[in-house]
Amino acid sequence: MAPADLRYTKEHEWVRVEGDLATVGITDYATHQLGDIVFVELPEAGRQLTQFATLGVVESVKAVSDLFAPVGGEVVEANGELAGRPELLNEDPYGEGWLLKVRVADGAQLDELLTPEAYDELTREG
Amino acid sequence: MSVTGDPLQPTLFERSRPGRGEGKIPHPPAGALDRIPAEQRRAVPPGLPELNEPEVVRHFVNLSQLNHAVDTGFYPLGSCTMKWNPKLNEWAARLPGFAELHPLAPDEVAQGTLQLLWELEQALCEISGMRAVTLQPAAGAQGELTGILMIRAYHRARGDLERTEVLVPDSAHGTNPATASMAGFRTVSIPSNPDGSVDLDAFGAALGPRTAAIMITNPSTLGLFESGIGELLAAVHEAGALAYMDGANLNAIMGRFKPGVAGFDVMHFNVHKTFSTPHGGGGPGAGPVGVGERLLPYLPMPRVLRTADGRFRLERPAERPTSIGRLRSFVGNVGVLVRAYAYIRAHGASGLQEVSDDAVLAANYLKARLAGTLDVPFERACKHEFVASAATLKRETGVRTLDLAKRLIDFGFHPPTVYFPLTVEEALLIEPTETESLETLDSFVAALERIVREAHEDPELVRTAPHTAPVRRLDEATAARQPNLRWRPMTGREMPCPD
Amino acid sequence: MPYGPHTPEDRARMLAAIGVAGVDELFADIPPALRANGLDLPAPESELELSGRLQRLAGRNRTDLASFLGAGVYRHFIPATVDQILSRGEFYTAYTPYQPEVSQGTLQTIYEYESLLAELTGLDVVSASHYDGAAATAEAALMACRATRRARVLVSRGVHRHYRETLATYFQGGELDLDELPLVADGPAAGTTDLAVLERLLADPERPVAGVVAAQPNVLGLLEPMAELGRLAHAAGALFVAVVEPVSLAVLAPPGAYGADIAAGEGQPLGIAPQYGGPYLGLLACTDALVRQIPGRLVGLTMDEAGRRAFVMTLRAREQDIRRERAASNICTNQALCALAASVYLASLGPHGLRDVAALCAARAGDLEAALAAAGAPRLQPGPYFDEFAIRVPDAPAVHRRLLARGVLAGIPLAELEPDDPRLADGLLVCATEVTTHEEIELFAWAIRDELEAARTSPAPPAAAETTGTAEAIR
Repeated sequence: MAPADLRYTKEHEWVRVEGDLATVGITDYATHQLGDIVFVELPEAGRQLTQFATLGVVESVKAVSDLFAPVGGEVVEANGELAGRPELLNEDPYGEGWLLKVRVADGAQLDELLTPEAYDELTREG
Repeated sequence: MSVTGDPLQPTLFERSRPGRGEGKIPHPPAGALDRIPAEQRRAVPPGLPELNEPEVVRHFVNLSQLNHAVDTGFYPLGSCTMKWNPKLNEWAARLPGFAELHPLAPDEVAQGTLQLLWELEQALCEISGMRAVTLQPAAGAQGELTGILMIRAYHRARGDLERTEVLVPDSAHGTNPATASMAGFRTVSIPSNPDGSVDLDAFGAALGPRTAAIMITNPSTLGLFESGIGELLAAVHEAGALAYMDGANLNAIMGRFKPGVAGFDVMHFNVHKTFSTPHGGGGPGAGPVGVGERLLPYLPMPRVLRTADGRFRLERPAERPTSIGRLRSFVGNVGVLVRAYAYIRAHGASGLQEVSDDAVLAANYLKARLAGTLDVPFERACKHEFVASAATLKRETGVRTLDLAKRLIDFGFHPPTVYFPLTVEEALLIEPTETESLETLDSFVAALERIVREAHEDPELVRTAPHTAPVRRLDEATAARQPNLRWRPMTGREMPCPD
Repeated sequence: MPYGPHTPEDRARMLAAIGVAGVDELFADIPPALRANGLDLPAPESELELSGRLQRLAGRNRTDLASFLGAGVYRHFIPATVDQILSRGEFYTAYTPYQPEVSQGTLQTIYEYESLLAELTGLDVVSASHYDGAAATAEAALMACRATRRARVLVSRGVHRHYRETLATYFQGGELDLDELPLVADGPAAGTTDLAVLERLLADPERPVAGVVAAQPNVLGLLEPMAELGRLAHAAGALFVAVVEPVSLAVLAPPGAYGADIAAGEGQPLGIAPQYGGPYLGLLACTDALVRQIPGRLVGLTMDEAGRRAFVMTLRAREQDIRRERAASNICTNQALCALAASVYLASLGPHGLRDVAALCAARAGDLEAALAAAGAPRLQPGPYFDEFAIRVPDAPAVHRRLLARGVLAGIPLAELEPDDPRLADGLLVCATEVTTHEEIELFAWAIRDELEAARTSPAPPAAAETTGTAEAIR
């Protein structure tokens, strides 16, 4: 079950908004699909993101996937821990395995995202 | 990363003992390096291991025995054509006349090799139906880059600068889209038909004034001949684009289909596949490229030419300004090409066609024999390889293609190519080649039948395979998360200089 | 078919199992209009006949000359161990080690190769091999562009022309610029990269430089001021790419010591025969910071499920089979067996043996310099060199041809190697290595003295007729 306090993209990113600051990550479902994650490439602080545009890549042992921005805005911080411990993405995708903190440019963009219920529907087997 | 496990074999560095290893090279006179300024000299000698000859040889021989190879057993690795590597060819490449010839030796000193290369070009022209061949590319992927850069030069020479896209079917080798990117093109991936063939309508819809080229593997990576290729080539040329053929699967069609005659503008040959040059644990190969009329002016420099008096020479710099230039130093992987030449001469016209016929016969035989054991998604006659799938097995038993592949190791077989092509779920791409006996093929079938039985009766046995290989399955995640790419303890160790 | 196993009965059984009457039916999917009707090639040859043909062809090459030819490919003594190990079928008939459980032999040898070259270059990450020195240099330049997100590379004219031409070809695809750095015309630094021009080109704020590429020794055999070149490159935010010759690294400062970010080079001198151009060994190494940018296979150390140390291809997601159009390079097949040759060579010689090879090369080259100078052919540039240098010979290409008739392969005329540099027109580039004998040096010196005297005492004879004629490349 996707955590109830988050919003989601069809490409399996999640976002948690506190004030104008959004924390972005990828879902537990996505990390299971990818398998053992070995590397993430993230934008530096200061870069402007456009909603739904690619922001980086995530690599597992034998696959590589684009990461998409769930919201637009300026990158405030990228999770530096992941460089040395990419396994955090597998172990704690909604906690220590977060990817970015972003200053949200337009709160209305959140309406474009999936609710937890809609995301669960999307990822249901079958 | 701290790796504390028992080593299978110590490394060269662990075997090293200071003071060992003498007698290969005489000692230099004192002062040999005096003319080299101190600041240009190496301050700390490299931390290379010190071993005597018996230890060196045992080290590498013991390591070699941990490998599966064509010389040790069946290697049905789809798309890689692991056929027999004739021993005569190894002998030939080592003949001092070939091996010791310097690549910048004047033409008159190099007539034997130049003649061999010229004759090889002619043979490849005949096999492919192309007008001319360059032997320069070092491997298939470099051949692809050569071909796509020639296509780029062709369009630019015509002032046709808007062609920025290369169309590639989704079943293609990864090298095709990677090559298109390297040559500055955008890859447009075209989905395949449910029967595995290229989707002519999808290609038709994507073709247009922005299309520079299509890249087609024929027979495809699914081992299927593209029956619609004639229509596709006509549509490509109608749209002003050119057609590249990935020749990885040429082993299936020699004497039966000539890409150049059919209308392809350019193709590469993988001599380590079709013409049996050994794979060497990953290389070297060679990737000659054949072209039709349109791309003739753009071939890389230098070509091998025959002069009016029947002698041979290399093109000189700037002799052909339309050339795309050079892809590497010198002429090519000549030692590999000597082996390919010997292979072609040994087989001759009849033998090469028999190679393809027997490769196709063996693949269809295996496919027929395995049809009741695994899924065989494409029913029509295959060429030199075919796709099987463990999708049903996985649903019924939880045993995946990977497990099946690893269990084959316990029966003495190298696994087929797995999870490729990407378009088939739980894929196994099986290529028996023409040099494997019926007994070998039958015992491979028997092994797969038994493994499928095991998957139903004792799935854990299959999931934990291999059991008899030198090592069990590896921790690839840790290897990638904390890469250890070199041996470290000796770094920076001070060693006395000999003089 | 010479290597085929099938008897007529086998074929009949296979056809019956498939359910077709003949093999032609299996090709029914080739449209009739596109079917080929066999091949027009010579008849098959037995092993006896073919071995004779190959021997005759090999015999048409002349490898009996006293050769002073280097220019990127060097004759060295190859210990007998190298070919013994390379002839092991378990190594040379194996494929890329995609199934690590049955490829530990290949995988450990690649890991050891990476480690040995890391020691030699002083850099941490070594690719499992590229096609040759030229292709590795091109990949190094592309790496510099990716790592700096800049689009301009400066390459010294001291880098072998074939490498510069290869760079230019690899740069055709991207929106990338390649500019050449000239060599100093005269004075003590003649023939080495012009630092003043480098400084000026690096200072252009409109066209930031991704990488500076220079060779050590350079194509004229001269030692470049690598530390200074690297310092200038780094000051402008560019990476420094060193093109190196591996045997010289036993005695010359390694790239890691003078701050190079990437080293590329030709590994042929490490136990690989000249073979008229390949297969050779493209060396590519870089600092840890660039590990994500290096193209080609990498092997790393790990453990198996039973806790045993083992080796595996790693960081695979960088490569074309996974990353497809976003891969850094399309390289797939590499030169693994040549990397094995280098490992066996280095293991057989050890650090002292390799140093002896390098020092002997330098010594023989010094003997050659002295003998040629005494014969009237002094050096063209004065700077320090390792085992190769240019000499000044009037009408060098003609003298080179006449020396060939006397059994001496007198290096290569610089007019051939660097045709667009008139200052080098009277130059011959010559080298000596540990296999060069004193007799060969004496023969060369005697022959060139004789030629020079003949030229002084009589008018120049007509140049030997070109052996060219009309090209007839295509049937």
